[in-house]
Amino acid sequence: MIRFLLRGILRDKQRSLLPVVIVIIGVMLTVFLFCWLRGILNDSIELNARFNAGHVKIMTAAYAKNVDQIPNDLALIGVDTLLTKLKKEFPDMKWGQRIHFGGLIDAPDSKGETRAQGPAVGFGIDMLSGDHSEIERFNLEKSLRRGRLPVHSREILMSEEFSRKLKVNPGDTVTLIGSTMNGSMAMSNYTVSGTIVFGTGPMDQGSVIVDLKDVRNALDMDNAAGEIVGYLKDNYYDEEKIGQVVARFNRLFPVSNDEYAPVIITLRQQNSLGDMIDEIKGIGAFAVFIFVLSMSLVLWNAGLLGGLRRYPEFGIRLAIGEDYSHIYKTMIYESILIGLIGSFIGTSIGLLISLYMQKHGLDLSSMLKNATILMPAVFHTQITSAAFFIGFIPGLLSTVIGTMLSGIGIYKRKTAQLFKELEA
Amino acid sequence: MENSTLITIEALKKHFLTMSGRFTALNGIDLTIGKAEFTGVVGPSGSGKTTLLNIIGSLDSPSEGRAVVLGQSISDLNVKQAALLRRSRLGFIFQSYNLLPVYTVFENVEFPLLLLRFDDSQRRRMVMDSLEWLGLTDKAKSKPAQLSGGECQRVAIARAMVKKPEIVLADEPTANLDAANSHHILKTMVQLNKEFNTTFIFATHDDKVIGYLRRKISLIDGKVAKDEFTNN
Ligand SMILES: Nc1ncnc2c1ncn2[C@@H]1O[C@H](COP(=O)(O)OP(=O)(O)OP(=O)(O)O)[C@@H](O)[C@H]1O
Ligand SMILES: [Mg+2]
Repeated sequence: MIRFLLRGILRDKQRSLLPVVIVIIGVMLTVFLFCWLRGILNDSIELNARFNAGHVKIMTAAYAKNVDQIPNDLALIGVDTLLTKLKKEFPDMKWGQRIHFGGLIDAPDSKGETRAQGPAVGFGIDMLSGDHSEIERFNLEKSLRRGRLPVHSREILMSEEFSRKLKVNPGDTVTLIGSTMNGSMAMSNYTVSGTIVFGTGPMDQGSVIVDLKDVRNALDMDNAAGEIVGYLKDNYYDEEKIGQVVARFNRLFPVSNDEYAPVIITLRQQNSLGDMIDEIKGIGAFAVFIFVLSMSLVLWNAGLLGGLRRYPEFGIRLAIGEDYSHIYKTMIYESILIGLIGSFIGTSIGLLISLYMQKHGLDLSSMLKNATILMPAVFHTQITSAAFFIGFIPGLLSTVIGTMLSGIGIYKRKTAQLFKELEA
Repeated sequence: MENSTLITIEALKKHFLTMSGRFTALNGIDLTIGKAEFTGVVGPSGSGKTTLLNIIGSLDSPSEGRAVVLGQSISDLNVKQAALLRRSRLGFIFQSYNLLPVYTVFENVEFPLLLLRFDDSQRRRMVMDSLEWLGLTDKAKSKPAQLSGGECQRVAIARAMVKKPEIVLADEPTANLDAANSHHILKTMVQLNKEFNTTFIFATHDDKVIGYLRRKISLIDGKVAKDEFTNN
């Protein structure tokens, strides 16, 4: 009997292929949208993490309090030993030290007189030690617009916009005027090695990037760093894992009254990123909910119509002596089968597309040129474990419920009534 | 031959609720129908022929009175019991054939046997027998869409007959057929009736069918107006 019914499904394309295709499309879209929203959320987080917040950031308690003012006089000192300890205690993390600084960039003319000047936000990151992690985090190679990355000490990268404003080209010399850790004025000369465009508004305006060692020399910050950023090795911000890192850190470095003692701050706790995460998550969940709901309605309807279309067949089967509950059951099994096959294929296709976009990304930078928030210009999807299941809500549940409801109709109608429809 | 009673109908009434109130389609029918009859319910359109056949076939139930079919009172059957009665002891033939379009002739005829849980080899033998009675052996693998109307109706008869039911109910079986095909299937049914003692009950106003009947029950406005045996 089951074989008999299966044969029927397979031969009737309206009953097999069509609903399966509808389910596949619906499920595929659901899975893809879900992954995409997760990806946007993730990219936004990662972007902030890479340039600024880290997954965690370690600073002195005092620096942390005034982080907006970049108070380098409150920077961490004895960083080498601290880093060694961190690397040993947290084998799952990657660490990088950074010095943020503010200052003026002065572009001199041929006689050494100031030709142009502008305020700069500086990043001192490791570019010359041979470890490429920071270069990768800042995506420097791909962001390079003109010139090259620094390969010698005393070379500086400027944002393209800033270099144009000061009419400075790669090869030119500029002077950085800042203040040392102790508060005295510091002046140091650099050769512009190249210009960069990050593709995110705020970073593209007045930033300069200098090798960490040069900054240390210039600002008298030997063995000091404003902040140590830490990243989970797989590069995904995972709140649970980060929670463990924080707990362990706090055990190793108990909170004290010492203003200069290191404290750890998570990505969530910085720049109201936590709110942003929650907000995006909320919007994402809502969008997915709406979508799943509408897909559910579509598939529910498809199940309903599929059932209604078959009233004549049910009439014949009833007349021949099959009973209601048996017909109803076979109808449900059928829809489960179709829902399962469709959801399975749809989820697979959705995941494949998402996987492709997770790897390669979709570049919308030209459309997002004027964005001023730190938002990614290349969209990636992110596949989470939920993506494997979410499609089954509309794909299986709705299809089956739709069929169930249409099937109730055959109970409600009198047998003879089904025949009236049949003879019509 | 026509002595043991299969169907007893007493004071049967059937009302339908319609927009304009209660409509009485059958208005006090008394009948008995015996084994191996070849009987027709005839009468003008709307006289209640289909309604009566549906009740005998347990597709519908009486509003008042009794209809006892093969020892079972139709009003007392629940849906499962009614399905069992149809499945095991009744066969249906409809005006519009009502074959399942995705299945072959063989499979259409096989379907009632699947419901009765006959095993593979039994099914095959019974289906092939039935197709042979109807002269359809070479059409076993065809789909209904590839058959003529006459052939479709023969498949429907094969499907009704395959389990050798005690009663076959045929509602306007010739209405969609030309004269030649009508005579062909009627002759076949007369033969099956003789060979297996199957009771045939028709609902019809087709003179060709009436010509073959051995008993003619005339309905007018839901009442039996005449009940006559003929010399066929
Ligand atoms: N479900 C129903 N609801 C309301 N009225 C019905 C219903 N079924 C049948 N009737 C009415 O009962 C009467 C008898 O119908 P029935 O189908 O039995 O007639 P019939 O003799 O078979 O007619 P025909 O020769 O046209 O097939 C008709 O007037 C019909 O409109
Ligand atoms: Mg009728």
